Amino acid sequence: MGELLQQLVNGISLGAIYALIALGYTMIYGVLRFINFAHGDVFMVGAFAGYFVANAISHVLPIGSVGATVVVFISAMAICAALGATIEYLAYRPLRTRPKLTVLITAIGVSLFLEYLSQLLFGATPRGFPEIISNEPFIKTKLVTVNIVGAVVIITSLVLMYALRIVVMKTKIGTAMRAVSFSQQAASLMGINISKVITFTFMTGSALAAAGGVLYGASYPSIDPLMGILPGLKAFVAAVLGGIGNIPGAALGAFIIGIVESFIGGTFLSTYRDAIVFAILIGILIFKPSGILGRNEVEKV
Amino acid sequence: MRPQLIFAIVFAMLVGLSFVTGQIDPYYYTVIIFIGINITMATSLNLINGFTGQFSLGHAGFMGVGAYVSAIVSTYLTTHGMAAAGTSGDLVLFVALILGGLAAALTGLAVGIPSLRLKGDYLAIVTLGFNEIIRVIIQNVDFKIAGTSYVGGARGFAVPQLASFLWVFGIALVTIYFVENLINSTYGRGFLAVRDDEVAAEAMGVNTTGFKVRAFVIGAFFAGIGGGLFAHFIQYITPDNFTFLKSIEIVVMVILGGMGSTYGVILAAIILTILPEALREFSEYRMIIYSLMLIVLMISRPQGLFGAMTPGKLFRKSKSSPQKV
Repeated sequence: MGELLQQLVNGISLGAIYALIALGYTMIYGVLRFINFAHGDVFMVGAFAGYFVANAISHVLPIGSVGATVVVFISAMAICAALGATIEYLAYRPLRTRPKLTVLITAIGVSLFLEYLSQLLFGATPRGFPEIISNEPFIKTKLVTVNIVGAVVIITSLVLMYALRIVVMKTKIGTAMRAVSFSQQAASLMGINISKVITFTFMTGSALAAAGGVLYGASYPSIDPLMGILPGLKAFVAAVLGGIGNIPGAALGAFIIGIVESFIGGTFLSTYRDAIVFAILIGILIFKPSGILGRNEVEKV
Repeated sequence: MRPQLIFAIVFAMLVGLSFVTGQIDPYYYTVIIFIGINITMATSLNLINGFTGQFSLGHAGFMGVGAYVSAIVSTYLTTHGMAAAGTSGDLVLFVALILGGLAAALTGLAVGIPSLRLKGDYLAIVTLGFNEIIRVIIQNVDFKIAGTSYVGGARGFAVPQLASFLWVFGIALVTIYFVENLINSTYGRGFLAVRDDEVAAEAMGVNTTGFKVRAFVIGAFFAGIGGGLFAHFIQYITPDNFTFLKSIEIVVMVILGGMGSTYGVILAAIILTILPEALREFSEYRMIIYSLMLIVLMISRPQGLFGAMTPGKLFRKSKSSPQKV
């Protein structure tokens, strides 16, 4: 019983990180109708940005202090927001009217570029992430232990998700985002600046991924240039599970994937963990391609 | 010239060349063999990605299935049966390759059927997922028959060396011949129809589902044979030989050569095998160059470097024609 509960806690904390990545996938899919393959690598860059910022400021703000953690988060998010906007501007904007396949191949190119450029710049060997959030137990009972870092992961991601919800539902740019995702053409006829909305979406999505990257670094204390691939793919599975293009769906899907992965990790199937996540993806796409909360789309000729 | 004639001439040339391969420096020989295997892989992927327009990112998975199944067959035959009875290695390899190819084709069927409802980016991710599933399964398989270890999980699998120059390039030639003839036949136009406009093809009575599955099965069959050759040449395979990065490498060949252009893809396979070797001292830049090439190519020349070129068109004055992807 205690072990199951512990797996559940670990799964929720892992799911919270996946959720931050999945939100970016789903938002970008919402406005542009394409899968940003490079999103997992933005997550990786976020982790590295956090790593370098934490080390750079360590003599002013000691690692582990609240001030340092806040600075690390904000700067990593800002760096990745800039990166997201740059990627969109240089690689995806020239292709906006081209066939989907062209954009997909470009996205694969961007993804490989980020991975191997980071490998060149930072080296392929994994680096230890500074302990910016303490690993001490936060709640400790006979049944289950929740570390401070686990609690911070869950709380931070819930706060960010709530903030995103407010931005999307209550602000002007959020309304514009929803309009663009509904119909780009109609939105542009209503005087919405499509490019601005797309840039904003990329910046928001990338900033969330960066936050996920820092949280990942803090909870699994080693980072490397290829660390974004699998979490990126799993977050994508989560976004599809929840219904791609649907923001609450992405969060829901991410928690499900995180918990499932954590439970499988504790059984004899643990070596098949990654394969099972992909099997889930294939299963959803065959039986319910619109996901749990997504709506069906009718293909028009 | 009739294709059969070209086939015969090229095959005769290969047989002639195979007598002198013994004199080639082993390093160059390895590069040449890899060129042949990559031609097979890229041409077969071109049938799926280029001609049928079903973007697959899982070709290395089929290659892995073919490599492992054929390696199991040849290891079994050489330790237990035919070799002891004095049968030549070529026959063993032939049986192994065919069984490996069939196993990969079966996997292609298994991947193709559920993937039919998906298009574009979804299909790409699902095939990538299948690639990873195949790799994880191989990683977890390990068994022994009569004291000989098979598959070996993550440790790797030692395979007898049986593949030679003639085998590798003979298979490459058969693959090219088969794919070209298939596409240029009346029947094969169905593949192009599915790519160009699925809805219109369906309306004209083309069985789009059937064509997609066939593309997957045929492409996977040749990929499996290519994998078998790979295994029987390098003699030691691990699941890490068949990750989705390998798939991407093959996809890059197809895209660079121009999706749907057999000659372009062959040329790209040759260039992209030699280039990394020639640039060995810059090897850490290799993937960066690949990725930048993909991005720049998609923005400026999405039909690939060699577009829809054929050797004939290279020498004729080109008429400007509308460009398609």
